[in-house]
Amino acid sequence: MKKKLITLLGLTSLMIILSGCGLKQSGESITAVGSSALQPLVEAAGDRFTEEYPGKFINVQGGGSGTGLSQIQAGSVEIGNSDLYAEQKSGINAKHLVDHRVAVVGVAPVVNKKIPIKNLTLSQLAQIFSGDITNWQKLGGPDQKIVVINRAQGSGTRDTFERWVMKGRSTMQAQEQDSTGMVRQIVASTPGAISYMAFPYVDQTLRTLNIDGVTPTDKNVQTNKWQIWSYEHMYTNGKPEGLTAQFMKYILSDTIQDEIVGEMGYIPIKDMKVSRTLTGKVAAIK
Amino acid sequence: MNNDEIRASLLKRSRASKNELFGKIISGLCIAIIVAVVVSIFYFVASKGLATFFHDKVNLWKFLTGTIWNPSTTDAQGHPQVGALPMIIGSFAVTFLAAIVATPFAIGAAVFMTEISPRIGRKVLQPVIELLVGIPSVVYGFIGLSVVVPFVRHTFGGSGFGILSGTFVLFVMILPTVTSMTVDALNSVPRNYREASLALGATRWQTIYKVVLRASVSGIITAVVFGMSRAFGEALAVQMVIGNAMLLPSNLISPASTLTSVLTMGMGNSVMGSLSNNALWSLALLLLIMPLIFNIIIRWIGKRGAMH
Repeated sequence: MKKKLITLLGLTSLMIILSGCGLKQSGESITAVGSSALQPLVEAAGDRFTEEYPGKFINVQGGGSGTGLSQIQAGSVEIGNSDLYAEQKSGINAKHLVDHRVAVVGVAPVVNKKIPIKNLTLSQLAQIFSGDITNWQKLGGPDQKIVVINRAQGSGTRDTFERWVMKGRSTMQAQEQDSTGMVRQIVASTPGAISYMAFPYVDQTLRTLNIDGVTPTDKNVQTNKWQIWSYEHMYTNGKPEGLTAQFMKYILSDTIQDEIVGEMGYIPIKDMKVSRTLTGKVAAIK
Repeated sequence: MNNDEIRASLLKRSRASKNELFGKIISGLCIAIIVAVVVSIFYFVASKGLATFFHDKVNLWKFLTGTIWNPSTTDAQGHPQVGALPMIIGSFAVTFLAAIVATPFAIGAAVFMTEISPRIGRKVLQPVIELLVGIPSVVYGFIGLSVVVPFVRHTFGGSGFGILSGTFVLFVMILPTVTSMTVDALNSVPRNYREASLALGATRWQTIYKVVLRASVSGIITAVVFGMSRAFGEALAVQMVIGNAMLLPSNLISPASTLTSVLTMGMGNSVMGSLSNNALWSLALLLLIMPLIFNIIIRWIGKRGAMH
């Protein structure tokens, strides 16, 4: 009996020692979890941060805006990344969360390259996604069925698009994809396909549409002429402290905002000529 | 003195018995951990999945038969819209269709490998089938997306995404499982059955059809059910080709969705503890229960086969 106990104790202590090895990292680290749209930016900034301050690590994980917000609310991570205001997400109590807006990203409607249409009105676009217009012929295009591809419910990009395009109308049930990469691949290869994606993901395999004559460019987002955009939020639980505060300051510093943010297709916060509140009120920044 | 030494050596545990004790403790510990993991998974999924019905007061019947899946909104009566029927139908449709398509191929290949040409079977077909098992599902999905989907689009119309594409991909994925299990079933038919049949003057085909296949029917059904349970749980490859539209599929080439595809898409975008998250856990619970049922069917068939 005694022997059994000793072996058991030995095993448990061995386990503890082994698991301790993983933590034996010199220096400190914080974890940022959430939005996959924001992930590449935070990763790049985190790498630069570690280069500059050796021994301080930023772990960045994806998982979606919902995950980011619920993890930061539960206090299990230091930073929660989100494409949405925390107030917009059901099940989140935004009271204790502090919002840090680190960048702006625009969302553009994209179509398969074989569709010769370049411009749509906002209401035409809304009618496509609500299922009222189902053929490109109606919009002056070829006789081709429209294939609508949505992002998954709760995706930040989808919420942004629905908020500023659908304006309360409901989107029809259509194909859904959980990543922008898949959307790009499918729109590029499916005749008559239409979807939407954040500017950094747009490439030459598909075509963006102008809305009411406005082209989806960073410049138009900065002045709110292009209305479909959203802030990229990094939430902290309460006022950031220590390494978290240092990193938040670093990501908002000119080095990161000028070099990395723009390079990766996001729009630096300080380049914005307007600001927009949670309720959608737009005000010019002096 | 001498006596004491002998007594001590007899009373002391020998090295071998110490080793045995050590081994017992280790294996006991491993079993305990496995059981604890299984039980806690069941408990966790069930507690989360049942919260939809007890905490959020969703009607179970409406959950199983509703056709609108939109957990973040409520309908006119204020009930949340969590109808899982489109996904349930999608899951079963791809599973059964894939099994129906795969079974003849699997039986054909297995008969060739065991009855007609065991040498080629062992040397060529066996490695090929084992290779198929080893291919990760994302590769199947990718091939499906870039080959099967355009093929279906050109041949049958529509956008190419749908149950038909899912069936094709799953068919290839479960074929190796079903084939190798069918081979085992055919191999377990006693040699003297075949010899007796041939001695009676039956041709090879008559022997295969009337004796070997008849004798191994329970093994073949087990193989098919096993393949179906794999198909039912497959997430990634199906998700890439089925289109993920939470609609009741009107035909085989209209976009549909499965339980797994809805789950993988929604998890990251919902908040723990909210209704949309709980509803996803309810789907997970369904997915957990189904293989259980498949397993029970397999056991039942196994028992019936054994009595035979």
